Amino acid sequence: MQLPKIPLEQWIDTFVTWLTENFSGLFDFITNIIEPTVDFFQMILTLAPPVITVAVISLLVLLASRLSVALFTLVGLLLIVNLQLWEQSVETISLVLTASLVSVIIGVPLGILAARKQWVQNILTPVLDFMQTMPAFVYLIPAVFFFALGAVPGVIASVIFAMPPTIRLTNLGIRQVPKDLIEAADAFGSTSFQKLFKVQLPLAKSTIMAGMNQTIMLSLSMVVIASMIGAGGLGDVVLQAISRLEVGQGFEGGLAIVIIAIVLDRVTQSLGNGKRKIS
Amino acid sequence: MKKFEVEDLTKIFGRSPVKGLELVRQGKEKEEILKETGMTVGVNRASFSVDSGEVFVIMGLSGSGKSTLVRLLNRLIEPTEGSVKLDGEDITKMNSEQLREARRTKMGMVFQRFALFPHKSVCENVEYGLEIQGVPKQERNKKALESLGLVGLENYADSYPDQLSGGMQQRVGLARALANDPDILLMDEAFSALDPLIRKDMQDELMDLQSSMQKTIIFITHDLDEALRIGDRIALMKDGKIVQIGTPEDILTNPANEYVEKFVEDVNLTKVLTASSIMKRSEALVLGKDGPRVALKRMREKGTSTVMVVGRDRTFLGVLTAEGAKEVAENGKSIEDVLIKDAVVVEEDTPVSDLLPKMAENQFAYPAVVTNEQGKLRGVVVRGAMFAALAGNGVNNDATS
Repeated sequence: MQLPKIPLEQWIDTFVTWLTENFSGLFDFITNIIEPTVDFFQMILTLAPPVITVAVISLLVLLASRLSVALFTLVGLLLIVNLQLWEQSVETISLVLTASLVSVIIGVPLGILAARKQWVQNILTPVLDFMQTMPAFVYLIPAVFFFALGAVPGVIASVIFAMPPTIRLTNLGIRQVPKDLIEAADAFGSTSFQKLFKVQLPLAKSTIMAGMNQTIMLSLSMVVIASMIGAGGLGDVVLQAISRLEVGQGFEGGLAIVIIAIVLDRVTQSLGNGKRKIS
Repeated sequence: MKKFEVEDLTKIFGRSPVKGLELVRQGKEKEEILKETGMTVGVNRASFSVDSGEVFVIMGLSGSGKSTLVRLLNRLIEPTEGSVKLDGEDITKMNSEQLREARRTKMGMVFQRFALFPHKSVCENVEYGLEIQGVPKQERNKKALESLGLVGLENYADSYPDQLSGGMQQRVGLARALANDPDILLMDEAFSALDPLIRKDMQDELMDLQSSMQKTIIFITHDLDEALRIGDRIALMKDGKIVQIGTPEDILTNPANEYVEKFVEDVNLTKVLTASSIMKRSEALVLGKDGPRVALKRMREKGTSTVMVVGRDRTFLGVLTAEGAKEVAENGKSIEDVLIKDAVVVEEDTPVSDLLPKMAENQFAYPAVVTNEQGKLRGVVVRGAMFAALAGNGVNNDATS
């Protein structure tokens, strides 16, 4: 005897259609926030000729991090310019920055909430597990349904895929603050907010930054995949190379992605390790 | 004046504290309640009061509920039942705003593991209590430096906690608690994490500070020696209950039950008892007023062989023996000539352990003389009293030589 198949597929399809029909206002609103943000980053990065932009970026990296990282940034980005992949790189970086920004803006408060309220954590944990283990491609389909093709669904899919580490590590970082420090903050009469901003968040900072670092790396990987729904950027280069079986072009695109990944990783890492000077 | 009045304070950890409370009221013990319901009785109907300016020590072994008890006082742990009156106001009935205000202005707390904020400098740590009250930067900095000055760390204001030794870190902890100028210091095993020598220094320093500041101090410890050293009164806890409250001497000499007795049996009584607690009042001969015959008559009456000689202001001058008095009476010498001046002289707070070797040195020939700080005669310690103290019988004011 064969049991009838549960029509999960139809349910989801119906649900998505229902959402598309009834919540178009909400989706338009989200589009109206994300699109200008991506454009803004792109505008900044294309304000000056590529070489000058690269020089400025390297200088900023030097301020935020070490000399070696700044040198790597300079050489790596100049190589990208030389390979004539700068334009696509700017698109990719803009998408990554937007997706990361949205992830942090939503993720950090959610993480704080989860750390303070046990029930929030109880609800969030399975949701986060779901978000992280569902194959990334699957997000692309509803994203296209709600936001059509282009950069916006790419960013949305990236946010869903990349946000969990920020939430998880913010939650963890705050919960890891030693109990006696919390007691001390309470014993001196801190308000809840004072405790959060003067004790918990500063002490959780490096853990939270590690989460943001992960979020940025994940959103980079997702943004590349999102080129399949027309998000553009370096993913396009790789995708084209795959469809035409051009190994060299694929390698160039891949190399550019790796360079950007390393720069983003090192910079966010050094931001995470506080720079308190020991006298 | 009563600073703290604690009544029937109870804390039950577990699913249904109300049920636990009932069992506690029925007089069931911690062990039984745990077995029956799985709930832990943290503190079991503790009642006590603390006077203003008193050092009140709460002592017990780990698991006795002492750390829970101190946290009930400032509601870091919410009491299940009972009241804590601070200056007549019930802390357990305060709303969160009143409670915050009380914590800010009235109670400073010092923690076992220091609990300094690692991301803040020493000075910022000390400022914390003032910072959250919105005191302007300059003013709180000034107060923080004053407070650091009290513990001798003003030169380390810009260091970070992890650059300091344990003892110094705890000084910062103390300075932080003092910066708000609270009436009350709650000290939870404050010196337990320090090594014994530093611990002793810190105890001395706390007592020094206390003598000039007169705070009300509630001090938690598991160390009996520490409790005896610094406590004006000691509350001994077991299984969440207060077993006995009393002065150090009360606890040592009149243990309320077997538990307290066992607890204190290892204490070397001679280190705790002072000369004043085993001395007896002494007849004194006033030089220039009383003559040798008066001296002999007094010795005969008291059945002793010596009498203490003092000046008109009761300043101790020396010991007059019966032979000496006879010589004065028969040969016409003056009392000063026969006065024995090398008798053992100690102050009232000299521990018996220090007194013993001195008396042994002159083979217990004469009673030891106890004077106050001005050198005035307070009493004498006779051989019998000393032996009674050594035998562990405690104070024995009836001993005669």
